[in-house]
Amino acid sequence: MNHYLKKCLLCMLLLAPLTATADTGPTVIVIKASKFLFQPAKIELKKGQTVILEFTSSDRMHGFSLPDFAVRADIEPGNPLRVSFTPDKAGSFVFRCDIFCGDGHEEMAGEIIVRDGG
Amino acid sequence: MAHLIDRRQFLHLAGIGGGVAFVSGLGFDVFAADGLTDGLPVEDFYFVQLSDTHWGFKGADKNPDAAGTLQKAVAAVNALDKPPDFVVFTGDLTHTTDDAQERRRRMAEFKAIVSELKVKQVKFIPGEHDASLDKGEAYQAYFGDLHYSFDHKGIHFIALDNVSDPAAQLGPTQLAWLQADLQVLPANTPIVVFTHRPLFDLYAKWDWTTRDGQQAIDMLMAFENVVVFYGHIHQEHHHLTGHIPHHAAKSLIFPLPAPGSAPKRAPIPWDPAKPYNGLGFRNIEAYPWKNYRVEEKTLT
Repeated sequence: MNHYLKKCLLCMLLLAPLTATADTGPTVIVIKASKFLFQPAKIELKKGQTVILEFTSSDRMHGFSLPDFAVRADIEPGNPLRVSFTPDKAGSFVFRCDIFCGDGHEEMAGEIIVRDGG
Repeated sequence: MAHLIDRRQFLHLAGIGGGVAFVSGLGFDVFAADGLTDGLPVEDFYFVQLSDTHWGFKGADKNPDAAGTLQKAVAAVNALDKPPDFVVFTGDLTHTTDDAQERRRRMAEFKAIVSELKVKQVKFIPGEHDASLDKGEAYQAYFGDLHYSFDHKGIHFIALDNVSDPAAQLGPTQLAWLQADLQVLPANTPIVVFTHRPLFDLYAKWDWTTRDGQQAIDMLMAFENVVVFYGHIHQEHHHLTGHIPHHAAKSLIFPLPAPGSAPKRAPIPWDPAKPYNGLGFRNIEAYPWKNYRVEEKTLT
């Protein structure tokens, strides 16, 4: 596989669309944590729209910290965790792993982009 | 005679790269030591803080002399005109690895290198790279207790561990130990705290915090003369929580950007035109019962 194709596949993976599992309830966004990345690493939301963040880990304990909204969670393997989240401000916000998980932990981060509803 | 500077002057002095910062655990007095202070004997001394050596790190674009910088620092400390009373390493002695054997090998190598220090009183505290993946098991085998206290020439020193819990917490057991350690001390006891991570919320977006650090700060607030020296953020940084100053030290492997000044907390690349730029250690002169004088040292 050439380098360009690999890069495209990685981008598609990291920018995977949100997983909506119910028509009636809030959208469920599955966030998979593993050494040393979150999938998806970029999440787009609408201001004021409630979503469910569902965290899973495929290898070891990770953390999810979104300090701009005071949201954090421990992500344990085999124990998916759901957190209701309603962004109340627009902008770009960094989230990161806050449980040290090895060489690469410092780079384990992502971004939530909240757009004004309309 | 006491020379007084105001807060603005202090911050200005503290911000001078490679200069001398005058800091105090009691307001911003400088050089209050007159032989006797508050009727108590004064004996000046100094110690050296080194931090974030990350022995085992590899990355030529960040530090092409990663295998030689620690030895250079040891030589620089050995070359000081007057030997310090002791040396303290404030964490991240080694760079992390998932390989438990390799972790121990790095710790053994680190220990062998710093054994070349002429001063034989050497204190250590762990960083997350040393202790988070095995909850400090290997660290304790090589360097001893994860947290402890000791007294030296009238100052009570407290070494805290906010890294062996990978969630960056002191934890209730250690906080209870801290409470017990403090409760026997008079309120005017000068206290110096060593930690790896900042005890306060320096910059949460980069996880430069200790989750329960405020509880430790609350306990320390009862004491008039407290100063905290820490590492982790790979740069000189000065901050006050109430009357307690917190001073971050430079790294001895690579510098990191100022909090929030860059999109990522990625290492600042090595500048061939300015080798070892941003790396260094510090001398801390202690004037018991009153003040500290911090002198930043660069590597050349």
